[in-house]
Amino acid sequence: MGLFDKIKQAFTGEKKEEPIQQDEVAEKYEKGLEKTRSSFSEKMNALFANFRKVDEDFFEELEEILIGADVGFDVTMEITDALRQEVKLKNAKSQNEVQQVIIEKMVEIYEENEIDEQPVQLKKNELTVILFVGVNGVGKTTSIAKLAHQYKSDGKKVLLAAGDTFRAGAIEQLKIWGERVHAEVITGKEGGDPASVAFDAVKKAKEEQADVLLIDTAGRLQNKINLMKELEKIKRVIQKEVPDAPHEVLLVLDATTGQNALIQARQFKETTDVTGIVLTKLDGTAKGGIVLAIRNELGIPVKFVGLGESMDDLKAFDSTDYIYGLFSELIKETI
Amino acid sequence: MAFEGLTERLQNAMTKLRRKGKVSEADVKEMMREVRLALLEADVNFKVVKDFVKKVSERAVGSEVLENLNPGQQIIKIVNDELTDLMGGGKEGIEFSPKPPTVIMMVGLQGAGKTTTAGKLANYLREKDHKRPMMVAADIYRPAAIEQLQTLGEQLNIPVFSMGDQVSPIEIAEKGIEQAKNEGRDVVFIDTAGRLQIDETLMAELSEIKAATQPNEIFLVVDAMTGQEAANVAKSFNEQLDITGVVLTKLDGDTRGGAALSIRAVTGKPIKFVGQGEKLDAIDAFYPDRMASRILGMGDMLTLIEKAQQDVDEKKAEEMAEKIRENTFDLNDFIDQMDQVNKMGPLEDIIKMIPGMNNIPGLDQIQVDPKDTARMKAIVLSMTGAERENPDILSQSRRKRIAKGSGRPLVEVNRLIKQFNESKKMMNQMSKGNLSGMDNLFGKGAKGKLGKMAFNQMNKKAGINKKKKKKKMVRKKKK
Repeated sequence: MGLFDKIKQAFTGEKKEEPIQQDEVAEKYEKGLEKTRSSFSEKMNALFANFRKVDEDFFEELEEILIGADVGFDVTMEITDALRQEVKLKNAKSQNEVQQVIIEKMVEIYEENEIDEQPVQLKKNELTVILFVGVNGVGKTTSIAKLAHQYKSDGKKVLLAAGDTFRAGAIEQLKIWGERVHAEVITGKEGGDPASVAFDAVKKAKEEQADVLLIDTAGRLQNKINLMKELEKIKRVIQKEVPDAPHEVLLVLDATTGQNALIQARQFKETTDVTGIVLTKLDGTAKGGIVLAIRNELGIPVKFVGLGESMDDLKAFDSTDYIYGLFSELIKETI
Repeated sequence: MAFEGLTERLQNAMTKLRRKGKVSEADVKEMMREVRLALLEADVNFKVVKDFVKKVSERAVGSEVLENLNPGQQIIKIVNDELTDLMGGGKEGIEFSPKPPTVIMMVGLQGAGKTTTAGKLANYLREKDHKRPMMVAADIYRPAAIEQLQTLGEQLNIPVFSMGDQVSPIEIAEKGIEQAKNEGRDVVFIDTAGRLQIDETLMAELSEIKAATQPNEIFLVVDAMTGQEAANVAKSFNEQLDITGVVLTKLDGDTRGGAALSIRAVTGKPIKFVGQGEKLDAIDAFYPDRMASRILGMGDMLTLIEKAQQDVDEKKAEEMAEKIRENTFDLNDFIDQMDQVNKMGPLEDIIKMIPGMNNIPGLDQIQVDPKDTARMKAIVLSMTGAERENPDILSQSRRKRIAKGSGRPLVEVNRLIKQFNESKKMMNQMSKGNLSGMDNLFGKGAKGKLGKMAFNQMNKKAGINKKKKKKKMVRKKKK
């Protein structure tokens, strides 16, 4: 039985097991994540608390909450439009009825996309190549450092490739991180061809029998076609050495980004076949909705979240758990 | 499609209305809903949207809209006016200190682009205002942040003051200003570390730097792609530091940039500059009217016109016009023209600036590979002089030779020649005063008309600029 069947059951009366589940789930989450989640449910519950009747004002307020939590414009519209329909059909008027329709719809949207939620797994006794891509200033280099630190602590041999040959000081930045986490950094010249750095790095990683190679790339806006083609080239070049690489392409997204995050994900997915998302700077924001939006509109799972400045602040992320927590907190109030 | 502009949204609402014949107050409400959605879609903060829509509907419910034959256009106009108004009438520059050096502090979240912007602005002030800037590396936290500023300084040939990452940023800033005084530098940029607005320790550090250096300007650097959070960020930074202005970065992306509106509405502080490109000269003053059009998805004709005036060699343009009139336009001119257009920047950016263009399905998705024009150029350059002047002699065997010479497939050579012939034909028609080709450029029906209206409107504005220019020239002559 899936998690969402359980949630649905909560509506249909079989809610006995719910409290136990919740304690377990709640404990799993970091403080940072909890904040993003609770602020969303707080707002939703405030909306229901002030509920009088279903009218245009109510819908507007609901839209504002969803968009304010960066659920995404399209998903928001999908939810509110569906709600308008449902309210008409089922003649839902009471607070409970309306709330149920909303959560049902959100669960439905969540389940629409069956996606591969596999966490990032390293290959056994073989090199795993992970390519990091994203627009400027989202935190690619820092995320690489944090992940390298994690793998190092797990006793893996980690290599880093300084593929951002464009931005001033980028190579230097990765080098410093390399020293801090004790991982070798393969570099090229500033202004040089990033593909050749990637090639050298893959070759070296194979020779040295490294477990993981993390490749940094320069930030690029997704509408610059020549820069996007450069990414394709990097990928091709890596494949010359390791045909099934890169094993993961992680798109780094800044959690404070608005609707453009979805466009970014779409464009990067097209050129580099993104396998997962690293959502950074989530600690500063009060949003949980973006996870739903990315999943719904693009079918790409969020695999890591950045929750702070320290080395240990990149966490593996399970969106099913997270969204379950989000919804069950809403249900808790209803029941 | 994900991003339809306000224009399109209102058009759709209007189609529904057209059958009714008369527009009621309820219909205006319906249109206001579209305005609201367009703004939310552009990432404007929902609270800001609420206030804004309220203001616009008050104006719209007034008789002017209802009695107008074309309420949709009227509403677009009101929205555009109010938006421009809200973002602050005209452009604003930097307040220079009467007693140099002018100190400018750069603050913002991580990854917003503070360091790059400091470099770009320093360069901008040197070029436009003949200042002697210096930059101070006060980001001691992020690895290699100092190196980044130093590299920028080398590239731009602007001095960078640094004391390593073991000294407090406050001391670095103070010593930096001292040094600037000694060296006769008249503008000092202090590059601070990125921080979250909720990080109390680091925010307090900024206040200390402020107290110690008494900056003339504190610029909050914000990524134009920021979503709903922009309002919170701007609010916190402004409350704690009383910023003097905002720089919006990464506007060369395909974001609508609604953050601009949120920030302005929340802080009341002007947006002074926009960063729009990877290169170090890619910074520009902020024009509220242009930003308004962008947020609404209406194109940016003024920037386009300005770019054209700035980048296109006037003499060459006149020669070209003459050639078109005489119908002696040849392949040499064809690549010349391509070069001129290329100078204006990436083609997809230029297309986006043309109003009405976003009404043509798929066109906003267009992406032009800059290499395409390079390839076309290679093909033309592989032709002999005689062939370039008279493409009619291009026989099949000549074409094969050209394909080999330029390293491009034969189909591409054929395509280029066909394109050239077509554009020549079109120019010929246009020079005879037959503009029917241009008419269709904006699409047919109401949408097309709207695009054309916007185009004409912009032309008018551009015309005013030209007149002003002429006046100035006359004045100069008198002197």
